[in-house]
Amino acid sequence: MSLRRPAKDQPESFEFNSSSLETANSIVAKYPEGKQQSAVMALLYIAQRQNNNWIPLAAMKYIAKFLGMPYIKVYEVATFYTMYNLSPVGKYFVQVCTTTPCMIRGANKLVEACKEKISENENELSTNKSCSWMEVECLGACVNAPMMQINDDYFEDLDKEITLEILDKILNGETPKPGSYRGRVNNEPKNNRKTLVDFKNA
Amino acid sequence: MLKDQNRIFQNLYNDMGSDVVSSQKRGDWVNTKEITANGRNWIINEIKESQLRGRGGAGFPTGLKWSFAPKELGSRPHYLVINGDESEPGTCKDRDILRFEPHKLIEGCLITSYAVQAHVCYIYIRGEYFVDGQKLQAAIDEAYEKNLLGKNAAGTGWDLDIYIHYGAGAYICGEETALLESIEGKKGQPRLKPPFPALIGLYGCPTIINNVETIAVVTTILRRGGKWFSSLGREKNTGTKIFCISGNVNTPCNVEEEMNIPLRELIEVHAGGVVGGWDNLQAVIPGGSSMPLIPKDKCETLTMDFDSLMTEKSGLGTAGIVVINKDQDIIKCMARIARFYKHESCGQCTPCREGSGWMWRMLERMAKGDATKDEVEMLGDVTNQIAGHTICAFGEGSSWPVQGLLRHFKKEIEKRNNLDPIVQKKNSIPYLIDQHLLDKKNA
Repeated sequence: MSLRRPAKDQPESFEFNSSSLETANSIVAKYPEGKQQSAVMALLYIAQRQNNNWIPLAAMKYIAKFLGMPYIKVYEVATFYTMYNLSPVGKYFVQVCTTTPCMIRGANKLVEACKEKISENENELSTNKSCSWMEVECLGACVNAPMMQINDDYFEDLDKEITLEILDKILNGETPKPGSYRGRVNNEPKNNRKTLVDFKNA
Repeated sequence: MLKDQNRIFQNLYNDMGSDVVSSQKRGDWVNTKEITANGRNWIINEIKESQLRGRGGAGFPTGLKWSFAPKELGSRPHYLVINGDESEPGTCKDRDILRFEPHKLIEGCLITSYAVQAHVCYIYIRGEYFVDGQKLQAAIDEAYEKNLLGKNAAGTGWDLDIYIHYGAGAYICGEETALLESIEGKKGQPRLKPPFPALIGLYGCPTIINNVETIAVVTTILRRGGKWFSSLGREKNTGTKIFCISGNVNTPCNVEEEMNIPLRELIEVHAGGVVGGWDNLQAVIPGGSSMPLIPKDKCETLTMDFDSLMTEKSGLGTAGIVVINKDQDIIKCMARIARFYKHESCGQCTPCREGSGWMWRMLERMAKGDATKDEVEMLGDVTNQIAGHTICAFGEGSSWPVQGLLRHFKKEIEKRNNLDPIVQKKNSIPYLIDQHLLDKKNA
């Protein structure tokens, strides 16, 4: 189990803005009547997006009222799932996968790069306050190892030099190109494709 | 090697585009109406005849699972739930289906929903695959526009709505009952079985849960016949499978191959060989992190299917092959997997919650050579205390890799960790070590 605690400094109040409200209502409609509790995970995501990528306690209370469920149930969900950030993170949130398949292909080099460029410790803001990083468990792109995720995008087939370049870009506020950095198309074996070759050439 | 025309996922590398028009060119959505016109029993029998086994890890026969759904629609609606939580380290096949072959999955959902009489289908995708989920959502919107979903979907006379539900980074939600809890808006903690979800599942209603890959192959099986599918592979381990080959290989990749393919062929032909040559191979994890590893000498002749890996005391699992060469420290690799399980345990059952952390701490010490001799035995004992004593299969999943390590690399652990807990005549040793045994004379 992972231990997760909410941040100490909490905003007083939270409310969905109009676009969040619209999305939230369309999500609640996906579930059968009386089962609106199902939407809690999606609503927490919406709150997280609206509130600079983290969820304050006020948002949990707001969602609990919104869905007509006990506050503690929302709190349980928000603290159980690791993708909900309970304390502020950078505008660029870097997650480096270090589970075995990435580890044996050199994920620790990516961690080193993050330490050099962003901050010495995990979950600490960079000096320009725009970026933070953390180690995470398997992100499900093992054949593209080592890899990292920045906000929604996957950056695959990395090494230390490329990671440093990518981090430089985000620290300067640019958006690097997601995907593989090994010069291959998606998950094909690089320069070694034996299958579906006709389609490639077609 | 499997012939290209026998590959189900023709667009695995996205050479042709994943939109509905190019999918139709590949044969999706062509005669959906005729397939469903054959009736529910025909569909289920055809799947039974194909001997398709679930691609999510457990390998349960799919046709049999569908036949557990109540035959008559009662007062409670039926649900179809697709498991795309894919979080097993070493596995990344569903992601490619979601982003490159979404219409195979959507059409499979329609036909399966018809077969098990569900009008609503939820696709559960892990939260990290947000971008890939958006691609699937675009494909679903496309299908609604072309009347392939919604009322009278694709002219079959069956109404179906498909919704995506995102997870939020919990490995345990890949367990089917935890997944249902998660859709219901609760913590993802597995339920006791029985009752099985086929009778009491989502919102207490009959629910069929299948992996993304399982559902995505259904349409092709029905188009080409169960006989065609069962002619590939071998008895009870039929058809094709997407293998994910990662780790210390020259060209890690996803590739669709026939079941029962030799492991060596997969590694040498498709993945470009082990880094440093075949002789540099140390061990292979054959089916995602929860399957026990297999040492090199057995890898020479190993074939990849459910039953042959079972005889090696491992399993095919999700077919996520992690190749570990001799440059790696095998104990460290397993310690990292143990840390993964410690992090992902849902905390519901004590043996798993406490044991997974215990195994991780012991393995970390063993990797450094700080463990005592008898801890090696103790580690084995801890794994046995976890496996089989938990609500879900996470207990087995977390202890099997450690058991595999002990089975094949015990000598290496013992060589590195030969601290004797009882140190003769050394009173300066810290209290951790059994001092009272030294002090017997004084007692």
